[in-house]
Order: sequence, then structure tokens, then C-alpha cells
Amino acid sequence: MKKLMLGNAAFARGLYEAGVTVVSSYPGTPSTEITECAAEYDEIYAEWAPNEKVAMEVALGASIAGSRSFCGMKHVGLNVAADPLYTAAYTGVNGGMVIAVADDPGMHSSQNEQDSRHHAIASKVLMVEPSDSAECKEFVKTSFELSEEFDTPVIVRMCTRVAHSQSAVEICDRVVPPQKEYVKNPQKYVMMPAFARGRHVFVEERLEKLRTYAETSPLNKIIDNGGDIGIITSGISYQYAREAMGDKASYLKLGVVNPLPVDLIKNFCAKYKTVYVIEELDDIIETHCKKLGLNVIGKELFGYIGEFSQAVVAEKLLGVKNEYSAFDGNVPVRPPVMCAGCPHRGLFYCLSKNKITVSGDIGCYTLGASAPLSAMDTTICMGASISALHGFNKARGADAEKSTVAVIGDSTFMHSGMTGLVNIAYNATNSTVIILDNSITGMTGHQQNPTTGKNLKGDPAAAVNLEELCKAIGIKRVRVVDPYNLAETEAAIKEELAAEEPSVIISRRPCALLKYVKHKPALKVVSDKCKGCKMCLKLGCPAISVRDGKAVIDHTQCVGCGICTEVCKFDAIGE
Amino acid sequence: MIVGVGGQGSLLASRLLGNVLLAQGYDVKVSEVHGMSQRGGSVVTYVKYGDEVCSPVIEKGEADVIISFEQLEAARWLPYLKKGGKLITSTQKLDPMPVITGAAEYPADIIEKIKAAGVEVTAVDALGLAEQAGNAKASNVVLMGKVASQTEFDDKLWQDAIEQCVPPKFLELNKKAFELGRNA
Repeated sequence: MKKLMLGNAAFARGLYEAGVTVVSSYPGTPSTEITECAAEYDEIYAEWAPNEKVAMEVALGASIAGSRSFCGMKHVGLNVAADPLYTAAYTGVNGGMVIAVADDPGMHSSQNEQDSRHHAIASKVLMVEPSDSAECKEFVKTSFELSEEFDTPVIVRMCTRVAHSQSAVEICDRVVPPQKEYVKNPQKYVMMPAFARGRHVFVEERLEKLRTYAETSPLNKIIDNGGDIGIITSGISYQYAREAMGDKASYLKLGVVNPLPVDLIKNFCAKYKTVYVIEELDDIIETHCKKLGLNVIGKELFGYIGEFSQAVVAEKLLGVKNEYSAFDGNVPVRPPVMCAGCPHRGLFYCLSKNKITVSGDIGCYTLGASAPLSAMDTTICMGASISALHGFNKARGADAEKSTVAVIGDSTFMHSGMTGLVNIAYNATNSTVIILDNSITGMTGHQQNPTTGKNLKGDPAAAVNLEELCKAIGIKRVRVVDPYNLAETEAAIKEELAAEEPSVIISRRPCALLKYVKHKPALKVVSDKCKGCKMCLKLGCPAISVRDGKAVIDHTQCVGCGICTEVCKFDAIGE
Repeated sequence: MIVGVGGQGSLLASRLLGNVLLAQGYDVKVSEVHGMSQRGGSVVTYVKYGDEVCSPVIEKGEADVIISFEQLEAARWLPYLKKGGKLITSTQKLDPMPVITGAAEYPADIIEKIKAAGVEVTAVDALGLAEQAGNAKASNVVLMGKVASQTEFDDKLWQDAIEQCVPPKFLELNKKAFELGRNA
């Protein structure tokens, strides 16, 4: 039976059919749905770990125990999990272990555009790259076999357009291989120097074997249409090239992207007058070719930045551009915004009003950086808000401590924010940290986390008590505010900034999009009371706009959170 | 191409269409948007079908049909329409943040201007009809009803797709919204 499936759903189906029993991941766009879909299969144990490092170590532990295991993450998540990855490369596996890493060319939902293939090269493990949903499923199943055959973790490299595109997939049955025996083997699994030296020799030998495998791997395909033009490509770039060039070119589509084959590429290049390398982000295939002395054309045409498309390929290789007509007039941009009723809005309004310097973090609340709130000064990576605030305050001293805060979501705090808070308590700055506790991991689409009291499967679970955790870390001043109450929130921020010791404010209110959150009726503007002062517009609420000089509230968006009634000086907004 | 504002339900609309096309025997690719760009921003979903579909994305001048959930988004994505392509749009207007803050103005007479550019436009009060069906959120399915009225795919395929993609407790509402859209 053929089914339309998201690349990520097909990936999860591959996990199921390959007999995976343990899955541990941390959500991150565009990788999240792999683990969500895997959790829908009752036969698979699946969990959200607090971060990617934990997830990968769980998967490695399950593999050592003899089961097929998986962990998934976005590209920047693999940086967090790099530590276990580079040593898992040495230990190898027992049961097959597959890692998904999802790159985000074009940065649809990411803070950088790094190319994960560098991690595969540096850790010397096998990496494969599918180009549509059907391949996602097949490559995953093959990866488990290769993982066990070559004793290596296998990374499956995804990207946004493969992960988040639906295409047809043939469904097969699940086959669970018998669990491998666990045998104590310190030379393989205890990576102290004496044993690790031995394993490094193994890693280099394995890389050579994998390179030999890549020469004849069925995951690498040649589509020979004759002619003068050859294209070496992989993943989604293959689909773009194929659509643009059709039968006008021949293709070497690489499914194995680390290690890259040598003879296969040399022989392909020998057949065509001009050979192009089409790869998004970095010049990894191209550099490999040039090291082999092959005359290929790549980044000089295509560049390193952003996504490609069939139009990009057609323009670069054929010099053709589509005709189109544009709208006659200016079209204002529509950047993403915090939703109507978002609990973060009230908090950011208070920070913006008091012109506070804000060390930001990764989540929906990064949108606090956008106009009109414009209440964010830095955003670096998961957890950096708290540690960077400490550094900022150490550098600038007491004045900074009285005018600078960190903001971080509940899930990001559990991921890697709490170690920064330990540092603040231990190395003593009078820093003020605000935890935006909306009871869910919001940006990636509502995943449970260790503070929510539920696990990935939706069953009740132990919940971290944030107040007690912060106190145990050594923060004495811990208080909770409701960000819908602007006066209370503003007072708390001012008091904690003034305090002569570190403090934590927990701004607590569930995400307005959560199904269990009951909304109040939409608010209305009393037109004759509205003076058109536009104070309410400073909230940056998408439900409020101005028509004919008066504020109006869109009843389809408003959830009655009421913070606009608190900023209106004329009492012009009510039920 | 299905375009609109994050939260308007373009994912469901594209999945409906994708399932109808797959059932019709086509090769299909549907490319979606998740994550940050979904939060009230401009969102676009590509639905491509044919004997063989390679790239999941649509570029400027390539779309046969644009289905828009909001007027300004119809204007924004107009360059993606092929010469001679069709636009089906909701008449709904949603101010983007630069308009709310006063940094920009919402353009006037969008539908008239697009028609003047020689594009065949079908405008539907999808929001009004969705409210008539019982929920403003069903305007996506109203619009798909309108799309269905302009295609030759069998009604059963649409009904099956709705049943596959919509949770049972909203099925009745969405079927009503679909009917209202088709007859609009």
C-alpha cells in the first residue's frame, strides 16, 4: 500500500520496520516529527530526553545492551551531542544505532546554517542522505544493517525540504532482529587511553572499509543519460538538479555522503566533458573531487548560502529564468509574531517599557526581539542566555546587574540553562534570570519536557519543581509571577534587579495554544472611549489593529488574555 | 501553492489536496512549513503532482494555481503564479505587524489590482462561510471546497481525504464547511 508521508514520518516508519526498540531525542525543527511519529508505534519505547547529549547516550546505552536504537536532533543539536558521538565512533555498537541530524539550509527555524556533514567527517562515522520520503524509510533500514555490519553509529542526514515534504511511501512489515547478547568488553566500551588507542586503529581501518563499501553501495546511483554534462549531487539537491536538467544531464547521486567513494567519482567524471557538483551549504563533495585532481565546477556557480531550487539550477546551468508578474504596489512583510494571548507578551512588554538589556535564548520567546517589543539584545544557542548574562555582568559590574536580565523557556532551561544558573550561584553575580514557564516546549510544536509532568507518550511522569531546583542550586530569591498581570510582573522585575544577590523570576502561564487552556471571550473596543492613542499597539498583539483612527480587535484571534485592558488608559477595552 | 498566515490551517488544506491527488494515481509531493516561521508569519505550502515529481518546491513563475487564505498573501506570492495561472483567494484581511505598528500600510484594492494584471481570480468569503458552518477555523476547508468545485476529481476522493485528515469530532463541521465552499 502506498501512503503519502512526511519525510520524518517515513523515517519513523523505517525505525519501526527495522525493529528499533529504544528511541531518545530532543525536539528541534526540522527533526521533531521523527520521534513524535516513532512514539505512535506501541512496540517502540520513545522518550524526550532533556537534551541531545543525553539522548545520544541513551541510544548508545541501548545499542551496547544489544538492541537497535535511535536518537534524533537538528543540526545544532548534534553540536550538543558531539561529545558522545565522537567517542561512540570509537566504541562502535552492539545493536545497530542510527542518528538523525536535520540541517536547515535557508534557516527556516534555526540560528545558523551549519553543514552537519563536517561532524560525520570529523567523527569518522558513516553518513547517508536520502532525497525523498521513500528513501528516508529505505535508507534508515539499510543504515541499521550497515551499523551492525561495520560496527559504527550511522548518521542519516536530513534537511528541511526532505523532512517536511510528503511523498509516497510503500509500507512494509516490522521485523525485529533478536536482541544481541551483551558481553562485557572493556577494550571496546571503556574508553580510557590504553583501550581508546586500540579503538582508534579500529576507527581508521573501519573508515577504509566504509570507503570501499561506498564504491559499490546501492545507495549511490548513476543515472546515465549520455551527453556532455555530468552532475554529482546528493539529497534534495539531486531532486532540484533532476527537475531542472531532466535527461539533459547524467547524474551521480550519492546516498553515502561520508566517506565519499574515490573510483566511482573518478570514473563518472571521466565520462563527461563538464562535471558540476551541486550541494547545498559547504563544498564537501567538491573539495573531495578537487583533492582527487578532478576538474569539477561547484561553489563558483552555486555559493555557500541558503537553499537551492530547480530554478537556481536552471539559471546557473542553462541560463534560463522563469517569467512572472509581480503585484503592482508595496507588499508589507509579515514576519512571525507571538500569538494572540501568548504569555510571553506581558513579560516582554514590561522589559521593553523599562528599557532592560535582555540576554535571550532559543524558543518562541526569541520573537520578543521583533518590533514593537524589541526586547532582546542577544540570542546565541540553547542555554546561552544565562551563562552569557553572567559574563556580561562580570565584565560590566554592578550597573549591568541592575539593568540586565536573562530570559529562557522551561524546556531550554532543562536542556542546558540550569548549568549556567549553577555558575551564577557558584561564581556569584547578582544576576536576574527569568524562566518563561509556559508548561510546554512551544516552538517545535508542543512537546512534553521534564517540567510538564507528562512523558512523550502522554503518560504521567515525574515533574521537576523549578522553584525547588533553583533553590537547591543556591539561588535564595526565587519568585513566581503571572505575566498576564503586568503590574505584578513589572514590580518583580524591578525588585529583583535591585536585589544585592542573584535571583530567579518564574513567569508562569501555559501556552495559549495548549488544548486544555480555556480562553475567555474576545474583547471589544468601546469606540467612543478609544482616543486612538495606540498604546495598545505597543504590545505587538496580532489581534489588535487600528481602523479609521480607532483600535479594533479581531474576534477570530483574540483569546481574552486582557493585557491590553491593563495598558489602555481610557478603559476603552472590555468584554 | 497554498499560502496564508501561520495558524490559518494551510497544513490541513495541503494534506487534503495531496491525498486526493495520490488517490487519483498521481505522483505527489507536498512541502510544508513547521517551526518558527509558522508563528503568525507568512506561510506557504507547495503541492506538486504529475507522472513524476522531483523537487518539492515551487519557484517564481511556476504555479498553475495559488490558493490564498488572505488577501495580502495573495499579493505577496503572486510572482509564483505561471502566466495564465489561476488565483483562488479568501477575502479575509489580516494586518501584519508592520501595519499594526504603523510602519507600513495595508495595500488597497488587492483583488482588483491582481485582476487588472490579467490573472483569473476567484474570491470567496471563506471566513464568513466558515463561521456559518460553525467555526472560523474551518475557512481552510471552505476554500478547499471552492477548489474542488473547479477540479474534475470525484467527490468521493475529497470526502475520503477529509475523513482521513480531520479528527472525528470535527468531521461534521468540516464537511459542512466543504459543502458551503463548493457551492459558493
